[in-house]
Amino acid sequence: MEFFERFAVPHPSPAIYASMVVIGLSVIAIIAGLTYFKKWGYLWREWLTTVDHKRIGLMYLISALLMLFRGGVDAIMMRAQLSAPDNKLLDAQHYNEIFTTHGVVMIIFMAMPFIFAFMNYVVPLQIGARDVAFPRLNAISFWLFFMGAMLFNISFVLGGSPDAGWTSYFPLAGTEFSESVGTNYYMIAIQISGLGSLMTGINMITTIIKMRAPGMTLMKMPMFTWSTLVANLIIVTVFPVLTVALTMGTMDRLFATNFFTSTNGGMDMLWANLFWVWGHPEVYILILPAFGIYSEIISTFSSKNLYGYKSMVASMVIISVLSCLVWAHHFFTMGQGAAANSFFSITTMAIAVPTGVKIFNWLFTMWKGKIRFTVPMLYSVGFIPLFTIGGVTGVMLAMSAADYQYHNTMFLVAHFHNTIIPGVVFAMLAGLTYYWPKMFGFMLNERIGKWTFWLLSIGFVLAFFPMYITGLDGQARRMYTYSEATGFGALNMLSFVGAGIMAIAFALIVYNVYYSIRYSPRNIGSDPWDARTLEWATNTPVPEYNFAVTPQVNSIQPFWDSKKKGHVLFPAKLDKIHMPNNSGMPFILCSIFFVWGFSFVFAIWPLVILSTIGIFACLALRSFEKDHGRYISVEEIIETEEKTGGAKL
Amino acid sequence: MKLDHSQPLEYSTGQNNLNIFGFWIFLGAEIMLFATLFTSYFTLEHRTGSGPTGAEIFEITPVLIETILLLTSSFVIGLGIHAMRLGKQKAMISFFAITLLLGLAFLGVEIYEFVHYVHIGAGLQTSAFTAILLTTLGTHGLHVTFGLFWGLAIILQVKKCGLTPETANKSFIFSLYWHFLDVVWIFIFSFIYLKGMM
Repeated sequence: MEFFERFAVPHPSPAIYASMVVIGLSVIAIIAGLTYFKKWGYLWREWLTTVDHKRIGLMYLISALLMLFRGGVDAIMMRAQLSAPDNKLLDAQHYNEIFTTHGVVMIIFMAMPFIFAFMNYVVPLQIGARDVAFPRLNAISFWLFFMGAMLFNISFVLGGSPDAGWTSYFPLAGTEFSESVGTNYYMIAIQISGLGSLMTGINMITTIIKMRAPGMTLMKMPMFTWSTLVANLIIVTVFPVLTVALTMGTMDRLFATNFFTSTNGGMDMLWANLFWVWGHPEVYILILPAFGIYSEIISTFSSKNLYGYKSMVASMVIISVLSCLVWAHHFFTMGQGAAANSFFSITTMAIAVPTGVKIFNWLFTMWKGKIRFTVPMLYSVGFIPLFTIGGVTGVMLAMSAADYQYHNTMFLVAHFHNTIIPGVVFAMLAGLTYYWPKMFGFMLNERIGKWTFWLLSIGFVLAFFPMYITGLDGQARRMYTYSEATGFGALNMLSFVGAGIMAIAFALIVYNVYYSIRYSPRNIGSDPWDARTLEWATNTPVPEYNFAVTPQVNSIQPFWDSKKKGHVLFPAKLDKIHMPNNSGMPFILCSIFFVWGFSFVFAIWPLVILSTIGIFACLALRSFEKDHGRYISVEEIIETEEKTGGAKL
Repeated sequence: MKLDHSQPLEYSTGQNNLNIFGFWIFLGAEIMLFATLFTSYFTLEHRTGSGPTGAEIFEITPVLIETILLLTSSFVIGLGIHAMRLGKQKAMISFFAITLLLGLAFLGVEIYEFVHYVHIGAGLQTSAFTAILLTTLGTHGLHVTFGLFWGLAIILQVKKCGLTPETANKSFIFSLYWHFLDVVWIFIFSFIYLKGMM
């Protein structure tokens, strides 16, 4: 029994026992359901073994939505706890665990897969490619992310959640102050999904640089593709830094090394620096693709081409460079002196310039356009003022002298939610609504969508703007309670109400999906938004080979030109198409990675060794495997094209 | 698969081109990985706590042997790729085998070096300096170890299938990897050992 004691949760509560029961029941329900409906074979053939970028994109999307709700429950619990002074809903330990997992889940397991979903689904279609450069590596990326996410999510029922904040600063995150295995989960789960992100980075860069349709020069790429390229360049640059930092953190915790300890020469600030050398560019990895989605949507629904294309590209490249030069602004108060603080103040403020250029470009795109206020456009238009407020408070925080007042207060919490929610979350929901008909063949209901948008925006303002005020008044972040004498009670209650409204909005999204599956018309064609770029030139549903004939590109909006200016998009004749085969290897490999991570968390060394051998055995098998893919014949292509409504030959 | 005969075998198909390009990007990520390790090393170099300093534990002889072994192996794999371009499969396999043997010898000396460090009280847990020293060297050493298995797999495949666009592509990529490890070692030699001994 001693062996099993390590899996006990150190701070159990009724809520955790209830989650155990719920998790157990859902696993049983899923297994029973799959067996009853005889869907195991379907699941394996069509999804678990797929290497199709579109299906992988959809799996990222579903995972991201699930994680959105997981992180959202954390958020509601936090706001509920803080809604009144001296509240006893959660104790300090649970509050610590919840703000930690909220941060990690939302950034790494919600926002990242959400942008990967769009990159995977949209980029090959936008550049007229058949798939990404390395389809099987793409599947491995997804399953690594997925297994990392699952590993992180079982922490709160097996061994305890991490509780040192999503930044996991040492020495707090060291074994001395974080005794449970929670922080091990943090180190290893993020490591596993980080590996997946790095591989996606390599894959996307290669795809975009090497596989564009003829005629599509770099400066004729759609803006979302450009943003994906830049974001993935940042990924490849900074994720290795995280890899090293997490490795050192793991070694400190499991092998008693002294990288970040307070004794024997260890240096806790090294962790803070390494973490933010990755962490700050990470937020631009999230926001740049979001900018790309807004660019596509604003251009489509203003019925104009994007204003200032070249300056858009230049801005993103400048942002990507500057993003790597600002990391110390996260710890102005932690003693690096006036000169360093001044440098990082200036670089941080400088980012506002290219960002401002982009804001004005979007405004000028709408200027004198024929604007259609669809749901994606509402999100994009709502994003501009809300994000600008977040950006301006960011410049306030960038002033290192003034930062001594704001540091670690609710003001900061308000600022970064003010950039991430209207910036990234709105973009993801806009993208979801915009690309939904391409993905599933029907539209999401516009009326419910508009309700969602307004509830979400109002809820957001109510939830986060009060924090600016309480933050300036000195309410510290990450404190599980406050006394009545502080007078923060009323504004925190307002935040809670706002969070509740946001929760209703998210529930409405689920309802919208249900409603639209039942009632939306299916005869919407392949271009329901009257869009401009290549992804809308495919049939709906998109055939596995995307384009029967490789498209010919003449400008940044070839599909628009083919509709309005008689540009010939598909000049060549049909030929057989080479496609990669499905493979079970990525799923199996990453399942072994899950076992590897789990046994590492609990330091079960025999299992670590066994699973390490398993991982390398998979790699060796792959090396010796002979798989040259397969060909789709012209007859099959014609048949598929007719079935999917293809008058595009 | 379309073959482009104007290109060397390893570049002759579209997928081959993608593989090589993708691998260069991967090497970029590897550069960042080692750059982070070096930065951390320079940060922690003098934070020796109660443990020994670099000057006290570094010895030139094993390091010089390692350097010669690895640099030679990098030269030999270059010869291997040259032989491959000339279509001389046997010569290529021999050169690859010599490369791996030299790599194995390098690894042997490095293991000896590590055992020696632990023996004289410079183990992984001794101080921040020893931790980052052994982690940086260890990361390079693990790369070499991985390379030995990888190279072996490639030799077996060339033996079995001959020089096809696929095996040539794999061999070429492996040679890039091996050269990269050599470059990293030059930095380790200069900025960890020589700088530490000064």
